[in-house]
Amino acid sequence: MKISREDVVRVAELAYLDLTEAELETYRAQLDEILEYIGKLNELDTSAVEPMAQVLTSDQAADATLREDVVVRSEVVTDILAQAPDTDGPYFLVPRVIEK
Amino acid sequence: MATNWTIRTATEAIAARKISARELAGEYFRKIAARNGELNAFLTLSEERAYAQADRVDAMVAAGEMLPALAGVPMAIKDTISTKGVRTTCGSKILENYVPPYDATAVSRLEAAGAVILGKTNCDEFAMGSSNENSAYGPVRNPESTDRVPGGSSGGSAAAVAADLAVVALGTDTGGSIRQPGAFCGVPAMMGSYGRVSRYGLIAFASSLDRIGPLGRNVADVAAVLKTIAGRDAQDSTSTETPVEDYAKEIARPVKGMKIGVPKECFGEGLDSGVREKVNAGIELLKKLGCEVREITLPHADYAIATYYIIATAEASSNLARYDGVRYGLRADGNSLIDMYRKTRGAGFGPEVKRRIVLGTYVLSAGYYDAYYLKGQKVRALIAQDFQDAFLKVDAIVTPTSPVPAFKLGERTNDPLAMYLADIYTVTGSLAGIPGISVPCGKICGKICGKLPVGLQIFGPAFGEAAVLRLASAFEHAGGATL
Repeated sequence: MKISREDVVRVAELAYLDLTEAELETYRAQLDEILEYIGKLNELDTSAVEPMAQVLTSDQAADATLREDVVVRSEVVTDILAQAPDTDGPYFLVPRVIEK
Repeated sequence: MATNWTIRTATEAIAARKISARELAGEYFRKIAARNGELNAFLTLSEERAYAQADRVDAMVAAGEMLPALAGVPMAIKDTISTKGVRTTCGSKILENYVPPYDATAVSRLEAAGAVILGKTNCDEFAMGSSNENSAYGPVRNPESTDRVPGGSSGGSAAAVAADLAVVALGTDTGGSIRQPGAFCGVPAMMGSYGRVSRYGLIAFASSLDRIGPLGRNVADVAAVLKTIAGRDAQDSTSTETPVEDYAKEIARPVKGMKIGVPKECFGEGLDSGVREKVNAGIELLKKLGCEVREITLPHADYAIATYYIIATAEASSNLARYDGVRYGLRADGNSLIDMYRKTRGAGFGPEVKRRIVLGTYVLSAGYYDAYYLKGQKVRALIAQDFQDAFLKVDAIVTPTSPVPAFKLGERTNDPLAMYLADIYTVTGSLAGIPGISVPCGKICGKICGKLPVGLQIFGPAFGEAAVLRLASAFEHAGGATL
């Protein structure tokens, strides 16, 4: 067994996910199988391989050309606030953060 | 009323005033009304926007103005792509009422070219899935056989095009999500190279893998849409300056003498015998067209699924952290901020999304990062190198798109790993950043003789979209779809 119930609980906490007891067990079992499968990567010796952190090569990447550092006004505040569940003026309202 | 419009016939008829753009849009909305209840391909229709655009095109026709390339063409957009003022759900409850305040660049470019956007298509939630059964709004049915899946995650787009509820559609591809539904529904479906099309406005799943691409009823239409949406966008720093070729001109060029690599790793165990037969017939057809076919090897192909499900889920766990109920989307009540986050995400995300967030968080967490994520990044480099080595010897690589034809609804939903293995031939190209297309390659009998489409996948080197389209077009014209 690669992954325990405690592992899933810990990860769900990190990911701010509320999981039911049933979900915890289902995911634990499924992830166990998946992690078992993923373990096959250990068959490969990658000690001399650089991780592929970027997809584009340096000559393909366009970020060589940076734009001028000039402020451009964008009038998006009203549109963005229109989507919010709860606002007060330009602020998003949220439940109080409780100090432990 | 002509059935099965293409970009060419639609734009010609509108330019010649045989039909107005408004009439054509109306025709498609009627078709959607007749069939969408059964197929569930569309989640949201944008009649107001469509008719406003159609009227703009008709005004240009009336004024004798020169028409843009896609003037009046009815199009569907996958619901992971932002459309200003038109609800965009990503197939999720967490965005059930989300209305983007901006258009994705791909969408603005299509509209600037005159395209008429009919609505948003159903998809697996946050593009996570291979069957469109992970949508919070119900599955999509395959128009070729309605008890079967259309593939995923762009199942709605593929079904819409196959059922002629849109002339062309945009989908997104992270591990095969444009190509595989194209194969399952029997339509050409393409992803350009990573960096070919701007991701601005594409609601992110895995940022180093996501791509926007076209589905259509013929290769020329797919090429025309790709031409319109491709190219550098200042809003997406991962979109490149690489020039966009004139695909229409390129696909007319002959394919005689092109070298095709067939990887032995993609023809082993697990490949359905009917699919194998059709794909082999497809390869024979390419030989008849004058292509030189040779066996190649992609030595790390067997590790692609494992690599993909580490990298994609890790990136997804990061990208989906933004859904917290604070600024947009669903907000569930909580008695503290953290409680609100947990309840919102618990209520708003479906099981596959949760599963992938948990897996992704795990492989990035302290103590596991090196063993999983870093290892995955290294194997990804090996897979990319396999393709680079192969493309020194061949111009294109051909494989089946999927090991099986469209399976039945519910057949794989209890076995996540079996579902993941559906992507076995598509994820290699996703990881390597190269372009790929699926083209129809005959139909085979399902278990009880239905005719199920088979897809042939063609990969090209990075920014080799022209070569891919050229082969796909020649294949199509030589009768590949009816093998």
